[in-house]
Amino acid sequence: MRTYLTFLFRCFRLSFVGDARYYAWMFLLTVFVLLGINAYCKQLVYGLATTGMTDQVSWGFYIANFTFLVGMAAAAVMLVIPVYIYKNRELHDLVIFGELFAVAAIIMAMLFVTVDLGRPDRFQHLMMRFNFPVSMLTWDVLVLNGYLLLNLHICGYLVYCAYRRRQPSKIFYIPFVFVAIVWAISIHTVTAFLYSGLGGRPFWNSAVVAPRFLASAFAAGPAFLILSLSVLAKFTTYRVPEKAFLTLRNIVTIALAINMFLLGSEAFTEFYTDSAHGASAKYLFLGLHGRTALVPWIWTAIALNLVAMVLLFMPLSRKLPVLQTASVMLIVGIWIEKGMGMIVPAFIPTPLGEIVEYLPTMNETLVTLGIWAGGILIYTILVRVTVPVLTGRLTEDQDFEAATTASSAAAEHAEVHP
Amino acid sequence: MTDIRIWEGPSKNHSGSESEQTRRSFLRTGAAAVGGMAALAAALSPLRELSSDDVPNFDEFLQKHYKAMTPEEMEAALERIRKKVEDRYAVRPHLRDVKPMEGVEFVYALNLSRCIGCRKCVHACVAENNQSRSPEIQYIRVIEMPRGSLDVEKGNHHYDHPTVPDPSHFYMPVQCHQCANPPCVKVCPVEATWQEPDGITVIDYDWCIGCRYCEAACPYWARRFNFAKPSLPREQLNPNMSYLSNRPRERGVMEKCHFCLHRTREGRMPACVEICPTGSRKFGNVLDPKSEVSEILKTKRVFVLKEDVGTLPRFFYYFDERYPNTLDPEAVAIAERLKAEEGDAYGCLPGAAGPRKDFVASSTPEWWNGART
Repeated sequence: MRTYLTFLFRCFRLSFVGDARYYAWMFLLTVFVLLGINAYCKQLVYGLATTGMTDQVSWGFYIANFTFLVGMAAAAVMLVIPVYIYKNRELHDLVIFGELFAVAAIIMAMLFVTVDLGRPDRFQHLMMRFNFPVSMLTWDVLVLNGYLLLNLHICGYLVYCAYRRRQPSKIFYIPFVFVAIVWAISIHTVTAFLYSGLGGRPFWNSAVVAPRFLASAFAAGPAFLILSLSVLAKFTTYRVPEKAFLTLRNIVTIALAINMFLLGSEAFTEFYTDSAHGASAKYLFLGLHGRTALVPWIWTAIALNLVAMVLLFMPLSRKLPVLQTASVMLIVGIWIEKGMGMIVPAFIPTPLGEIVEYLPTMNETLVTLGIWAGGILIYTILVRVTVPVLTGRLTEDQDFEAATTASSAAAEHAEVHP
Repeated sequence: MTDIRIWEGPSKNHSGSESEQTRRSFLRTGAAAVGGMAALAAALSPLRELSSDDVPNFDEFLQKHYKAMTPEEMEAALERIRKKVEDRYAVRPHLRDVKPMEGVEFVYALNLSRCIGCRKCVHACVAENNQSRSPEIQYIRVIEMPRGSLDVEKGNHHYDHPTVPDPSHFYMPVQCHQCANPPCVKVCPVEATWQEPDGITVIDYDWCIGCRYCEAACPYWARRFNFAKPSLPREQLNPNMSYLSNRPRERGVMEKCHFCLHRTREGRMPACVEICPTGSRKFGNVLDPKSEVSEILKTKRVFVLKEDVGTLPRFFYYFDERYPNTLDPEAVAIAERLKAEEGDAYGCLPGAAGPRKDFVASSTPEWWNGART
């Protein structure tokens, strides 16, 4: 117990140690976190009227980011599967970085739901009258918390074992790894069912939503890991095998192709049928009655995804800079497509045919940036602590100072996030 | 940070200048911590504008779900709400918890051949149910529809021209349909909304967490959210109120039409029925075979909106078969008489509440709003 507390305390201390770049990066993130907290305090005082949301478009930027991030969290599993099912041992340690990202992404997703609540002070009502299993939102609460705990346990256990220089005992983590694989798919499926189960919103009421969510997540998540491993390779002593990038590249390529196929299927059904149910899709892709706020966004997203897909299919993208470029493009593309492009059009037109457009306000955007900065801050700290442990520079029997002086920080991690 | 060494275990190996280093790092850490705390305090500073009225007190925080309260607890909650209303509006309200009546299931029927689109129901509802006036929350939306279509997307929500009722259109008021299979109830994560035995779907405003999932689930756009703190001038407060219906709401919770249950459960008509100048609105107990609504359901060709979504609404529409292509001439005559009597007050037809046009987010600068439009 005492050893464990020492471990935690050393991790805490380690998160404050780094070179100038590390401090600059952390300072920048902290500034955004504080701006976000400030904006959220204003929202607490004046209500959700500080957002661009209305009774017509009652979910917006927050829920869009929530949806995107649940997918990012679920995507950690795409590193786990090659390692534990296909026994690709080289990538073993990298799984930890994927799962650490899942932890950060889940925390961000939960924060986005929390800031979207009108009465966060009544959060405890969830524990007192939980409408399970009828409400899909209660499923989401369960699976997201469960996934957070699973990932905390798996990475926490593996990192702690490395710190103690012990061989991890399989019984303590392998079963959890397999549960986490299924669980990861479940979190994004449940999140998709949240939308697709609503008969009053034809844009969401489609069986392809869940598969599309998974495909886009399995493209954007591993793309983000490509970027974060690139940062890791550049700024730390940690050695990232080239094979990791190539495995991730394969996953991203296939997932993106499937995602584009599903998007095309959806678009075909909506536009060829040309029924009244296609009004939201029409609004999204072409504009409706002269209202076109989302049209430039969705076409940007589609262009980014298409170019990224072409790049990924070419051998050229075995080169890291090309791979990184394609990753950035597809992350941005999927963030638009699945965030604003998935949530907002379902509300336009309203079930009574009224067209009210939505764009986030400044305050809402600051809260959003604050949560993103907070999540990346958490991920940076987690990675910053994990790298010296995994490389054997911070272990139980080693001096703390020795461990820190040799290190260069896992700084500027995830600098290139969407 | 000096005491960290205690944790370092036996393998320490510090140099001579270590204490000097520790002192400096201590000062540096201290300065960073002080700076950080100051920045955090600055970030939190908007919270000072929260009034004590906005923050739930201890009793409110502990108040149970409507269905979990004992009669004594309910009485205590009612007394607390009465006091709060008195503090805010200087009016002692007649607040109680009106229970559903045995053997009653309410349904609504609306004669589209008689609705003249005057929106009197919209405003009577707001006056009755203590909705926020700015931004104004309205439960009823009247849609001007072209004849020959029931596609709401062809409708006009913001009609405001002197010829209402326009002969080439009909007027379709929509409010909560009190569905027998309500999707809004299904999705609520905390059971803050449910269907009562008399068919009315209600909300416990003190239990709602404001996630707005019900608002996304409703196919009739019947639910409203208090995005801002409701503002209600004290002289406009309706003191006749009940727990599940029209008591004043707080910021951040949902609300919706509840068939004026504080009136209807005591044998009166809803405000929208009472105000309707043409008698196009009919309301009553469907379990009573002699009621007017039972008669309408038996004899008129009624229909429900969006039957395909399977919500089984308790809100029925019908056209008068005597007038397939026009309004009932009697209703037109009433419209003419009202226009003559009320002049501009009628002619201008106070419009449907827009998307919060009167509320600009206080912290959003001009240039950003400019960029948005």
